Amino acid sequence: MSIASSENAVSTNRVARTFVYLVLLLFALFYLLPLFIMLVNSVKPLSEITGGNMIAMPEVWTLDPWRAAWSSAQIGVEPTGLRPYFINSIIMAVPAVVLSTIFGALNGYVLTKWQFRGHNIVFGLLLFSCFIPFQIVLIPMAQSLGVLGLAGSTPGLILVHFVYGIGFTTLYFRNYYAAFPTELVRAAQIDGAGFFRIFWRILLPSSGPIIAVSFIWQFTNIWNDFLFGASFADADSQPMTVALNNLVSSSTGVKEYNVHFAGAIMAALPTLLVYIVAGRYFVRGLMAGSVKG
Amino acid sequence: MAEAATDVDMRTRLQEWLPRLVLSPSLALVLFFVYGFILFTIYLSFTDSRILPSFGMVGWENYSKLFRLRHWEIAVTNLAIFATLYIVICSLIGLLLAILLDQKIRGEGFIRPIFLYPMALSFIVTGTAWKWMLDPGIGLENTMHLWGWESFAFDWIKNRDFAIYTVVLAAVWQSSGFTMAMFLAGLRGIDNEILKAAQMDGASTWQLYRRIIIPQLRPAFLSAFVILSHLAIKSYDLVIALTGGGPGRATELPATFMYSYTFSRNQMGIGASSAVIMLMTIAAIMVPYLYAELKERK
Repeated sequence: MSIASSENAVSTNRVARTFVYLVLLLFALFYLLPLFIMLVNSVKPLSEITGGNMIAMPEVWTLDPWRAAWSSAQIGVEPTGLRPYFINSIIMAVPAVVLSTIFGALNGYVLTKWQFRGHNIVFGLLLFSCFIPFQIVLIPMAQSLGVLGLAGSTPGLILVHFVYGIGFTTLYFRNYYAAFPTELVRAAQIDGAGFFRIFWRILLPSSGPIIAVSFIWQFTNIWNDFLFGASFADADSQPMTVALNNLVSSSTGVKEYNVHFAGAIMAALPTLLVYIVAGRYFVRGLMAGSVKG
Repeated sequence: MAEAATDVDMRTRLQEWLPRLVLSPSLALVLFFVYGFILFTIYLSFTDSRILPSFGMVGWENYSKLFRLRHWEIAVTNLAIFATLYIVICSLIGLLLAILLDQKIRGEGFIRPIFLYPMALSFIVTGTAWKWMLDPGIGLENTMHLWGWESFAFDWIKNRDFAIYTVVLAAVWQSSGFTMAMFLAGLRGIDNEILKAAQMDGASTWQLYRRIIIPQLRPAFLSAFVILSHLAIKSYDLVIALTGGGPGRATELPATFMYSYTFSRNQMGIGASSAVIMLMTIAAIMVPYLYAELKERK
């Protein structure tokens, strides 16, 4: 009797575990499906999409859609492909990421190791700026960029992304440095080390992980931004996301789905690569942005 | 001698002020570009601005116009539907996947990144992929027909009454993995001793989850709610890429409303007032949350 029931328990357990794996597998398919469809249909001739099955493998493999998306597709009025916009996005993202990370690191250092009266209010102001809906700054920002002579330019977008990135980078470094032993800083101070020397010699050498988090988070956000690019860029400075949207939603001519998919993968590739190479830090950044502990 | 003393004095004073000096550019930038701009937009929402900012005060007129607009009503209703479903479904899927992944799964390190990678993509990419996948002509519906299910119909993306649900679908695809990660972190943080004790007392797995584990995930639920709701209110790119706000106005959200009234319809005053409403909604959620989080830490 007792043997029978324990065998029963084992078999229900096995059924349950199979079920668990099955559900996980189904969800994995759900998450992978769009990526699979983008990949498969980006290497098909157009006729196989319009006259065939989207989920089927290509009968004729071709890289033409990739070539077209990269260098000859019609974006706006020019048949330039996505290449110039890809370059725009890089030129825009790299300085904005570096600048906001440097400022965030210094802010985090001051807010944890050199606290002054009202440091919490300053942090609160910076923190809330992470969460504002950017619609609230669009109008004055457009005006200000005009006054500064940066309207419709990549430097203008760098400024925008830098300014609205400070809040997040400060949050990261503040939380990271809060766990850093303050005694070390005080000891160095007694030895006569100054503000920057302590930062450079003591905090920075152990800041590798949080710099990675900040770089990855900022890069992902800035690369993926659409609202600021659509609002403040002109035809010559549009980032990749805006160009991709122009390519896909342009109403003239035949819809070249395969080219759209190839372009979408190109727009996704940099952030996807970052995620594959440094996923651990990516997840940490996400969590730090949500659970401020 | 006296000079040397004042020199030293100057230097220590500089050292004292240096931290604040280093912080001040960031503070100045944020005060100007965030809080100054917020005040300016609030100010504009009380003016008769059209194509360009203008400074004739009109009192609450823009707000009363805004709330009489059918277009705004659609946007707000859509946001209510979208935000509710988005938050609830993401939380449910996130919790389910987190619990399943927490059963000592073989290959967890392989599966988890698959759930999470959509978060790395731009909403424009997500929108493009789903736009064509849901397209009745070439997407899912066509595939089902080719597989012999002739009567299968799935034209939600072209259907005024159902298009908003395709936005929910794509948004859930993008963010539910992230919710899973938050719950998983919560689960891993639960003290194992309590669970062992409950198990010794004869609690079933179901009871364990319902009575002990899920109640302990309250902070994770709260964080998920706050993050997802603020993402929902800010949603703009996904709608633009997926449906462009259409068919008709069927998937307009406050973010797309604000953009089109401000920049294409030249009703800047009304656009500004809609942005203020969006900010107030987010502030009502974020400020108490951030305040509590900051206080707790002391």
